[in-house]
Amino acid sequence: MTARAVAKRKPAYLRKHGQILVAPAVIMLLAFSLAPLIATLRFSVTDYRLLFPDVTGFVGLANYRNLIANPDFWPALVNTILLVGFVLASTVAVGLGLALLLERAVVGKSVLRLLVISPFFVMPPVSALLWKNLLMQPVSGFFAWLASMAGVPAFDWFAKAPLLSVALIVAWQWLPFATLILLTSLQSFDRDQREAATVDGASSTSIFRHLVLPHLARPIAIVVMMETIFLLGTFAEVLVTTGGGKASTNLAFLVYSQAMLQYDIGAASAAGIIAIIFANIVAFFLVRAVGRSLEV
Amino acid sequence: MRSYWTWLPALALASCSSGGQEQTTLIIATVNNGDMVRLKELASEFEATHPRIKLEWVVLEENILRQKVTTDVAIKGGQYDIVTIGAYEVPIWAKRRWLASLDDLGPAYAADDLIAPVKAAVSFQGVQYAAPFNAEGTFTMYRTDLFRRAGIVMPARPDWAFLTAAAAKLNDPAAGTYGICLRGKAGWGENMAAFLTMAHSYGGRLFDERWRPQFDSPEWRTTLDTYVGALRKWGPPGAATNGFNENLALFAQGKCAIWFDSTVAAPFLSDPKTSKVADSTGFAPAPAETSGKGANWLWTWALAVPISSKRSPEAKQFIRWAAGPGYAAIVARHAGWLAVPPGTRMSLYRNPNYRKAAPFAEVTLQAINAADPTSPSRLPVPYIGVQYAAIPEWQGIGTEIGQQFSAAIAGRVSTKDALAEAQAASRRQLAAAGYYK
Amino acid sequence: MRRVRAGSAALTVLAWAAALLLAFPLLWALLTSFKSELEALEFPPHFVSFHWTLDGYRAVLADGEYFRSLVNSLVIAGGSSAFALALAIPAAWALAFAPTHRTRSILLWMLSTKMLPAVGAFIPVFLFYRDWGLLDSKLGLLLLLAASNLPIAVWMLFSNFREVPGEILEASRMDGASLPQELAMVLAPMSLPGIASTFFLIFTLAWNESFWTLNLTTAQAAPLTAFIAAFSSPQGLFWARLSAASILSIAPVLVIGWLCQRQLVRGLTFGAVK
Repeated sequence: MTARAVAKRKPAYLRKHGQILVAPAVIMLLAFSLAPLIATLRFSVTDYRLLFPDVTGFVGLANYRNLIANPDFWPALVNTILLVGFVLASTVAVGLGLALLLERAVVGKSVLRLLVISPFFVMPPVSALLWKNLLMQPVSGFFAWLASMAGVPAFDWFAKAPLLSVALIVAWQWLPFATLILLTSLQSFDRDQREAATVDGASSTSIFRHLVLPHLARPIAIVVMMETIFLLGTFAEVLVTTGGGKASTNLAFLVYSQAMLQYDIGAASAAGIIAIIFANIVAFFLVRAVGRSLEV
Repeated sequence: MRSYWTWLPALALASCSSGGQEQTTLIIATVNNGDMVRLKELASEFEATHPRIKLEWVVLEENILRQKVTTDVAIKGGQYDIVTIGAYEVPIWAKRRWLASLDDLGPAYAADDLIAPVKAAVSFQGVQYAAPFNAEGTFTMYRTDLFRRAGIVMPARPDWAFLTAAAAKLNDPAAGTYGICLRGKAGWGENMAAFLTMAHSYGGRLFDERWRPQFDSPEWRTTLDTYVGALRKWGPPGAATNGFNENLALFAQGKCAIWFDSTVAAPFLSDPKTSKVADSTGFAPAPAETSGKGANWLWTWALAVPISSKRSPEAKQFIRWAAGPGYAAIVARHAGWLAVPPGTRMSLYRNPNYRKAAPFAEVTLQAINAADPTSPSRLPVPYIGVQYAAIPEWQGIGTEIGQQFSAAIAGRVSTKDALAEAQAASRRQLAAAGYYK
Repeated sequence: MRRVRAGSAALTVLAWAAALLLAFPLLWALLTSFKSELEALEFPPHFVSFHWTLDGYRAVLADGEYFRSLVNSLVIAGGSSAFALALAIPAAWALAFAPTHRTRSILLWMLSTKMLPAVGAFIPVFLFYRDWGLLDSKLGLLLLLAASNLPIAVWMLFSNFREVPGEILEASRMDGASLPQELAMVLAPMSLPGIASTFFLIFTLAWNESFWTLNLTTAQAAPLTAFIAAFSSPQGLFWARLSAASILSIAPVLVIGWLCQRQLVRGLTFGAVK
């Protein structure tokens, strides 16, 4: 069989198999996303409160209106963007640095990798508890001890900078994720190409800028897209540390407080739909920013 | 292997529905406090004497437990046979007929032995709907050694003026001692419990008879100024996010001179294994103002049976054992009298062994007896509860207001603005819930 | 054997410092798990000179719940990850090597299924599971978590497959390899590190997932996330116990991570392309 014949046969052959191969994943996702979505839409226009089971009925957009009128609503949107932005920037930047370091280290690579990945193993609520009480507590926490050694008063993290404190905890949890993806991609980078460039006299910064970074553009885009989706929905850290409040509430926490504190399923569903709309808007801008790097 | 695990319990449960000679499995949902954990450990004694009943436990942190159990009972998920609920839930759930009546527990349960306010807290329209397992009130804890050194004497009935004056005198951050520790962490069951109790003791109230919020009243003004002022001036750093547990840790480490909070702290603070100041902790009644009303809150964790449970005879058997008068002796045998769940039965407080082991018993009993959730303020109120309002909306309202007050403690807003926000928020939520129609 | 340059030594030291710094909170929790409750909050903190005790671990392991929860976690996390991979590998292959004009939309759509916060969809899912008897079942959780992690798996595998130079696959095709042969004998070995790290990541995500696992289970199917919730914030001092419970629930993931390490460490050799 000639190469040309094989090449000609390729597109249709691949396309047919491609559709079959994607189908199971698509069907599974459809099943698990469509039904809850439709139900949530339905609940969002009804008056459905768990503690008032006899009260039901179509209320139109009342749930949405009440939510937007909530004074915590717009701050929550702003906080969400701030939180996601901070965590994205810090995890990508520090993750890149860590990945480069790990790739070059020569002693105990496997243990190193495990250490770096370890924050990802801890349950988010437990992480938040550990940070809040063992590290950030201004009276008996570890940071307070460091401050006392340096002779400065301890910083009251959650009183003075609640959103930053929450963002730090979340960034700590997600740093391993970014590091792992970037590291895996770095390892696939052709070392021979890089060494050839060095032999040719290119400086390491120039290699980094013109060879390594472009190669990493796609994994960075992947990290950004995936982290964003997760970060838009994190609320456990907020719940455990500050319990809400205008300074540190985000949209996901609003949904949680409606569903689980007030048992107002109608309001929670409305908040969930708004969260979807908001996430779509964020994704739109994100795709414009990094979409090309995905090379799709 | 996986399907074996999935189907076996289902098979077991299915074979139990006939309720005859086969084994019945009870699923019990409970809080993770020390008394409940011990109940779970000692429950093997119950299983030994009741071979046809097997117990499965779901032990969770308070907030998660409340969410899971409320959701399940409200949607009639039917997953639990016994649930642990608090004094806040009982009137709300009983009104919706979600709970089985426990009036038929029989003489072995000795319902008359229950301390009166506690029994009232778990009853609705004269019928008992939950069996109290442990109960708590409020009192003042203080460092007897620091008081003695400064020449201050704790009066028989302190008031807030005295406590703040003492805190000012004893505040010594350089030595690592803070004048007063109070709850600051946002939450309807955290800082709002303390704020509301204090406001009630000043004669204020949450809502008037027409459900209008009263945060613009002078009593609330005094409450916020005193409470927030005391914490800002003589409280530990990080006070805005300190809840019960954090303050307990601080006091046990010797960092608080005065602490106003729940009586459940007493066993921890009196035990040298969990407290560095076990020998120098004193207990006094909660600060009360002139009317004496509203100074003491009342909370109880109680076992209840959801109406949807299909195994309520067996569930009641367990409740009779766990919340009955004989349980105290079982705990004493295994872990000593100090470990007996406090606050529910008079027989415990008449027991000389308990009195000897627990020096705080008298103050605790007084605190609980003095609590009257049906009349928390000298003004009339449309709700029940001293440190909460037994309405479904209270969780949402209390949490939102708690955040405002926590921000005030942190210094991010003034007390005036915090009160204004609280007023607006509670009005908004009550209006949305239809209270003003 | 590579020449070890002086620069590498310095970088190694830096890498170790960074790694220890990052893992510090966890190491601190490990230390705390061996302290008594009272000493757990001691200030100034003690690093070595405290009374080492196993009380925390004893309390946590006392009633044997840990082992049942551990098995549940392994089944749920392992099963859902394996299932998700089984669906994701073919899908990612198709998206990476047979791209169409729809590929981008499919990828973005998959990610968008995660836009509805779990809390928002809670009641519909709970009702559905109640009516179908899937409450408190490992199977129910397994399916849900598999669907939840499927987009992540597809994206990561897609990224990984894209790194594989097309020439090698074309070469194998020109040699006459059929599709299954191509997948199994050429693609799989080259992307094993990527598949391993994908599995590891979604396994960890499923292991730590604390909303569905807490709210859709009671006693039988409760995994370690529910187990830890029993030690979290009770009234009283609980730091030693919580630290011990956390360490015990991290340990299995560490072991699995260690086993996956060997896949992650193995580099790709693309010298063959030249």
